[in-house]
Amino acid sequence: MPATLPDRLAAPAAADATTLDQGFAAPSGRRSGAGTAALAVSEAQRSERLARMRAGELGSVHSWELVTAVDGPGTRMTVFLAGCPLRCLYCHNPDTWQMRAGEPIEAQEILARLRRYRKVFAATGGGLTLSGGEVLMQPAFAARLLAGAKAMGVHTCLDTSGYLGAACTDEMLDDVDLVLLDIKAGDEQTHRRVTGRPLAPTLAFGQRLAAAGIRVWVRFVLVPGVTDDPDNIRKVAEHAAAIGTLERVEVLPFHQMGRDKWDALGLDYALTDVAPPTDEQWSAACEQFRRLGLPVGGNPAGVSR
Amino acid sequence: MSTISQAPSTTTAHLEPVPDPWRGFPTGSWQERVDVRDFIQRSYTPYLGDAEFLAGATPKTRRLWQTLERDYLSVERERRVYDVDTATPSDVDAFGAGYISDDDDVIVGLQTDTPLKRAMMPAGGWRMVETAIREAGKEPDPDIKRIFTRYRKTHNEAVFDIYTPRVRAARSAHVITGLPDSYGRGRIIGDYRRVALYGVDALIEDKKRAKDAVADQPFSEHWARYREEHAEQIKALTKLKVLGAQYGFDLARPAATAQEAVQWTYLAYLGAVRSQDGAAMSIGRLSGFLDVYMERDLAEARITETDAQELIDALVIKLRIVRFLRTEDYDQIFSGDPYWATWTDGGLGDDGRTLVTKTSFRLLQTLRNLGPAPEPNITIYWDEQLPDGYKRFCAAISIETSAIQYESDAQIRERWGDDSAIACCVSPMRVGKQMQFFGARVNLAKALLYAINGGRDEVTGAQVVTGHAPVPGDAPLDFDEVWARFEDMLDWVIGTYVEALNIIHYSHDRYAYEAMEMALHDSEIVRTMGCGIAGLSIVADSLAAIRYATVTPVRTDDGLVTDYLTEGDFPRYGNDDDRADDIAATVVHTVMEKLRAIPMYRDAIPTQSVLTITSNVVYGRSTGSFPCGHRAGTPFAPGANPTNGADTHGMVASMFSVGKLDYVDALDGISLTNTITPAGLGRTPAERVTNLVGILDAGFAPQD
Ligand code: SF4
Repeated sequence: MPATLPDRLAAPAAADATTLDQGFAAPSGRRSGAGTAALAVSEAQRSERLARMRAGELGSVHSWELVTAVDGPGTRMTVFLAGCPLRCLYCHNPDTWQMRAGEPIEAQEILARLRRYRKVFAATGGGLTLSGGEVLMQPAFAARLLAGAKAMGVHTCLDTSGYLGAACTDEMLDDVDLVLLDIKAGDEQTHRRVTGRPLAPTLAFGQRLAAAGIRVWVRFVLVPGVTDDPDNIRKVAEHAAAIGTLERVEVLPFHQMGRDKWDALGLDYALTDVAPPTDEQWSAACEQFRRLGLPVGGNPAGVSR
Repeated sequence: MSTISQAPSTTTAHLEPVPDPWRGFPTGSWQERVDVRDFIQRSYTPYLGDAEFLAGATPKTRRLWQTLERDYLSVERERRVYDVDTATPSDVDAFGAGYISDDDDVIVGLQTDTPLKRAMMPAGGWRMVETAIREAGKEPDPDIKRIFTRYRKTHNEAVFDIYTPRVRAARSAHVITGLPDSYGRGRIIGDYRRVALYGVDALIEDKKRAKDAVADQPFSEHWARYREEHAEQIKALTKLKVLGAQYGFDLARPAATAQEAVQWTYLAYLGAVRSQDGAAMSIGRLSGFLDVYMERDLAEARITETDAQELIDALVIKLRIVRFLRTEDYDQIFSGDPYWATWTDGGLGDDGRTLVTKTSFRLLQTLRNLGPAPEPNITIYWDEQLPDGYKRFCAAISIETSAIQYESDAQIRERWGDDSAIACCVSPMRVGKQMQFFGARVNLAKALLYAINGGRDEVTGAQVVTGHAPVPGDAPLDFDEVWARFEDMLDWVIGTYVEALNIIHYSHDRYAYEAMEMALHDSEIVRTMGCGIAGLSIVADSLAAIRYATVTPVRTDDGLVTDYLTEGDFPRYGNDDDRADDIAATVVHTVMEKLRAIPMYRDAIPTQSVLTITSNVVYGRSTGSFPCGHRAGTPFAPGANPTNGADTHGMVASMFSVGKLDYVDALDGISLTNTITPAGLGRTPAERVTNLVGILDAGFAPQD
């Protein structure tokens, strides 16, 4: 049973998400030891940078990697965009929260790399995944990458909380093949406790995806004591079941891999004493989804973000 | 089996007449001259289906494997060496017949009279034999010792008679490590199939003809060696017939059934591993060849699929219990006791047909029937166009056992034709037409530190190389200056390395000639000198650090640079980042250019490898700290792998980085070792197989 979280563990209040631009910041430059090795850092001036970011020519990128069977089907180039309006208690990448902490990368730069990996994508049934942080913090940049990927026939995927779904234009959705939609909690209260933000925008985005006929994989992170209340899981399952284009549910077990990052950033990490779910707990959660007839994937060793 | 069974207790031949060995085979030039490839191309049946047809292990196979495990392998694991024969220097026919148990009657033959009992091969050098015997808890035989220290000169003795001061200096400073100067060089693959296809008598005739073809030419050292080596080969073939007779087989004639084809081929290999303890004793490319016999016997209803599988299982069991008498030091250099009975499979032919046969599946099936094992080291030549069923079966077995290696078929076929095989772990050669002078590896990373320290050893402080100035001053290192010094130092290091190799292989040919293996080669062959480098990722990352970050040398009181202060960010090899990957490719190219400029023993063609085995711990132990942050005394990454933890963009990105090393600069092979957990490949077994097939397809596809 989930312990009721004391107040001090509640996620810090973030800027009001309706004013998206408040979080929109140009990165200041190349950080040491960043994960964007091999992507040339733009030399554009800071103000010009901001303008080019709004145009989507330039983005703030945390890192990229080529991974298999993690962020969608096949081997994919996953680009982690910097900036996130949520503050999930279990976030494994708190270093992606600040958009200004990312690195300025040209969209063309990423598309050139994507072109280079087309054979890999074709051979493995993979493609491009835009993740974060929150990809929809930089909708223009994301739109340009998605359009560029589709133009070269590459499968595209968004990994998003859907919280900023309103920022996603219909034109953008035309270039999306699959959405990994994170439903972090089943009810309003738990969602706010886990992420610091309301749940409704996520559910609305799910319905919009269904209406647009876009395939959806729902992802849910199972955190003992935080999200594992059967009632909460049942509600997540119901939300998932309500998405007409749902293809798969992935139940991702919480683990402590992000903890060092919280420490390094001097952030207060609330889940220090939380153990990963046992295989039994994980199986029981999966079973709750199956009971609603949902196809459940994921595996106990899977990595959650 | 419905065919002849060789009971362990009897050597009487079967009573039914031997069927015509070549019945039903398509005619061709293979009948006029020794040409196994021509035979395979005309006779084999590509298999395009899936793994459904395969049979499991027979009760006999299971019992045999259990006996081995219970009575021998488990004992060996406890005491490292099961037993040593200290009285009999090994040779093709030095031991009588031996069997594992009464069940051991499918494919027979042991190296000595008892499974896992190791034999001496003192022609390589006495000291190694004596050390190994003592480490195994036994006493050497004084008579044998007298023979090999007084009357019979060894390979090892000859090498040290010839070694120059600089070779000795480089050896003791660990710039060059693991040279085959006291152990067998290996990397020679006899074409063991020839014994099955032609029988030994025909091969002897062929060698006699070749020997006498030059009889009326005038004397030269080359001519004399040619004639003497042929005489040695003929003697080895004659001994091979004796070995056959010890087990009740008439190897003089060709094999007439599938069982005989496997048995003949194995006995030829057994002759090789009884007479040489080479660092790699690879078995070649057998599947397509043996499959021709399997198909014929299946069509004649001589055997069933279960029998066919039992034959391959029995052969693989024998390949798993090959043992050599080696020292604990040797085990350290090679990270265990490998003998690299590499069995190459898969691939396409020049005509575009796949070379995959049902026997290719049967080979993989042994890993299920017997459980996973490192030997024989199964190596698949991968191509996107391999049949889908085979690709999926390879991937499935890989995921189950981690016991399969992959190579790019297209790359190898273009250079070495469609009947090549891997010797050891990455070195391709045309079977029966080519051999390699094995060259261990040179410690390239240490050479970089020597360049900075002007030839002083960063660990001992000793001046190993003279005539080179150290980088002066305390300012941050300048890339161009370090690179120039590195090139200068490479001249010395590579020059010394090749000098050692030339001496070693000259001596090996004289005192430990591989007569059995060479008897199963053409008379005129291609020789390569397989030079290896270790520490590529450290060199590339360190040079990238010097170029893209600020690297300040840290000196001891007497000026020796033993550490580096590296400030700022720099690209690392293994992330598909051209800045670092181009440095790695340039290093490999530079080494190759230097190798090409040096004359090689017996006109060998120099080749370079950037490969896996295994001395990475040993190399690391005797090497200092680096600008890239690699710490003194810690192991190197294997082969062409990125430094552990430096590749932050995923395995496929590292495959792209490795792909930038020019194959022409590293014809002896480039290895990249990846550990993939099954869970990292997908959620369901089918998805994992699909994803692994995709990764292999993508990884071996030519890059844009
Ligand atoms: S888990 Fe994802 S959505 Fe939540 S805070 Fe971290 S990056 Fe943002």
